[in-house]
Amino acid sequence: MAILLDENTRVIVQGFTGKTGTFHSSEAIDYGTDIVGGVTPGKGGAEHLGRPVFNTVREAVKATGAEASLVLVPPPFAADGIMEAASAGIRLCVAITDGIPAQDMMRVKRYMRRYRFENRMRLVGPNCAGVICPGRAMMGIMPGHIYKRGVVGVVGRSGTLGYEAASQMQALGIGVSTSVGIGGDPINGSSFRDILELFEADPETEAVMMIGEIGGPQEAEAAEYARDCMAKPVVAYVAGLTAPKGRRMGHAGAIISAFGESAAEKVEILRDAGVTVAPSPAELGSAMAAVLATKAARSWKREGRGVAAPAFSVPGSR
Amino acid sequence: MDIHEYQAKELLAGFGVPVPRGGLAYSPEQAAYRAQELGGEVWAVKAQVHSGARGKAGGVKICGDQHEVWDAAAELLGKRLVTDQTGERGKLIGRLYIEEAPRFEREIYLGLVLDRKSERVMLVASGAGGMEIEEIAGKEPASILRVSIDPAVGLAAFQAREVAFGLGLTVAQVGQMNEILLGCYRAFTELDATMVEINPLVVTIDGHLVALDAKMSFDDNALFRRPNISEYRDKSQEDQRERDAADRGLSYVGLDGDIGCIVNGAGLAMATMDMIEHAGGAPANFLDIGGGASPERVAKVFNLVLSDAAVEAVLVNIFAGINRCDWVAEGVVQAIRKLDMTAPLVVRLAGTNVDEGRRILAGSGYPIIAADTLADAADKAVAAWKASKRG
Repeated sequence: MAILLDENTRVIVQGFTGKTGTFHSSEAIDYGTDIVGGVTPGKGGAEHLGRPVFNTVREAVKATGAEASLVLVPPPFAADGIMEAASAGIRLCVAITDGIPAQDMMRVKRYMRRYRFENRMRLVGPNCAGVICPGRAMMGIMPGHIYKRGVVGVVGRSGTLGYEAASQMQALGIGVSTSVGIGGDPINGSSFRDILELFEADPETEAVMMIGEIGGPQEAEAAEYARDCMAKPVVAYVAGLTAPKGRRMGHAGAIISAFGESAAEKVEILRDAGVTVAPSPAELGSAMAAVLATKAARSWKREGRGVAAPAFSVPGSR
Repeated sequence: MDIHEYQAKELLAGFGVPVPRGGLAYSPEQAAYRAQELGGEVWAVKAQVHSGARGKAGGVKICGDQHEVWDAAAELLGKRLVTDQTGERGKLIGRLYIEEAPRFEREIYLGLVLDRKSERVMLVASGAGGMEIEEIAGKEPASILRVSIDPAVGLAAFQAREVAFGLGLTVAQVGQMNEILLGCYRAFTELDATMVEINPLVVTIDGHLVALDAKMSFDDNALFRRPNISEYRDKSQEDQRERDAADRGLSYVGLDGDIGCIVNGAGLAMATMDMIEHAGGAPANFLDIGGGASPERVAKVFNLVLSDAAVEAVLVNIFAGINRCDWVAEGVVQAIRKLDMTAPLVVRLAGTNVDEGRRILAGSGYPIIAADTLADAADKAVAAWKASKRG
């Protein structure tokens, strides 16, 4: 697998039989994801999309051996659903739901700490586009066809800006190992740093594209991690250079409230940590192409084969 | 969601936080009557607007008799108060709070906020009250006490004591302080607040702790289970376009530029704004149309963006995942027809059903400028805007 999931990961869907659940489950099945069943309390015993429906996650795990859960539960009940997954032994939970109260997420994070780190479920999201391993499996709501399989790990808060990055790279012939949306909420399951750690350890990933935005401390933490612990190059962009202070920009987490949370400050922190920052959101692909070309040239040199032609074309910056 | 000072005081008083006596007034006459009703010799006439730093901006007047109260009320009501936090348009003063003004010897800062780093509620206190917390952090950082609260345990009594003693309060005041801190924390969690701020909390000359000001903000995502909080919403304090947008489930923020933006996804919307600036223009707004937008919804969005008189060009940037480019294109065509739009329009479509969407735009007969990439779209929008200024 790249990171988090592949075509062999057994996935259940919480909120399986609802309108949203049905739509995105079918898309995931078509993409090749091994959806083995779903959970809707009160509808246990039924069949939906040719898969069994269970009343509880615990029953579903017992019957299907599911390791991962995609949460498409409405916001008032989503936090409860995530805790249910953690308690039932699910290893990876991807929560798509947008609009979960912040204090519910605080409780979810506290609840998950009852498990030792090695037994703790990994939560991605909420309020995110999900996770996709191109050509293999997806747990999310992204358009699968814009992702080409390859060597770049993508991690970002925003869904559509992640699509933008993937399509710019695709146009330059660069593919993606795994793309992870960590979501736009102030309190989320996995941070940029958590995902960078996975990419650094993943043999299929050669470089990482990190797409941040205004608000919160996670980009700065990631910068520190990239500087101290990563050998793989990171290309970053921080959305919201033009965002005014104190105004919430769509995502509940996208508001500048403290020092180090504006886009300009984050860009500076990332640059200082040796991360390549794309000068504009139109140059995500070309910045990654340049970084990959440099990396390829370096490894050729190391291997004593002289200077190689870059593996990717690098269009001039605008 | 923000609420007014008097509403926050009403809520906090219900959790045992001592507040001065006061009453609401919508006219100078009512204000003078309130002062008489309260009795005493000194009153504060306080503009009720959703903003901090009201005192500095002249929104709080201390009055020594009822005539002064009348005059202060007459001066404030109906005016737009401009503070450091409101932007230059300011906020309309529609209500006043008339309050007894206790004499005090000390001011304390007290705040509870959602701390994103620790993912917990953080209690912040400082003996340097009366200033904004940013100012305190700049001038007297050592005076700031911070306590991180475990959500499973709540604010422990010892934590409250540590803060109270840390502020140098007397033993009698420490007991009062504990009640105030625990009350604020309960209000925070039981009402789904994202911020509770008492600034200043004063020590009166007879040694009592009183919340002289109070501010609360609430988690929009939790309002579904806090109907009593939703009741406190004051639409006069919101920007009209932002309010209209919110009522339609859209996320809109007005900015100072000339190029209107219609985008799906908050991150891409911010990136589009950045890109316009990068290309030499200035965005007029942030706007996220969300997922699954129907043609009708897209057409309505144009209405909203064009209601800003400063908009001289429009850029539509859609990367469709759960949206459909053909629906967006139909909405664009509908909008041009209905609104008789004259401003230049640049449309960039990508993702689901993109070919169909482009075909609809090209076949519409309207002078829509098509763009292939984000860079292309921003360049064309800025060029079209500049050309329209010359023409």
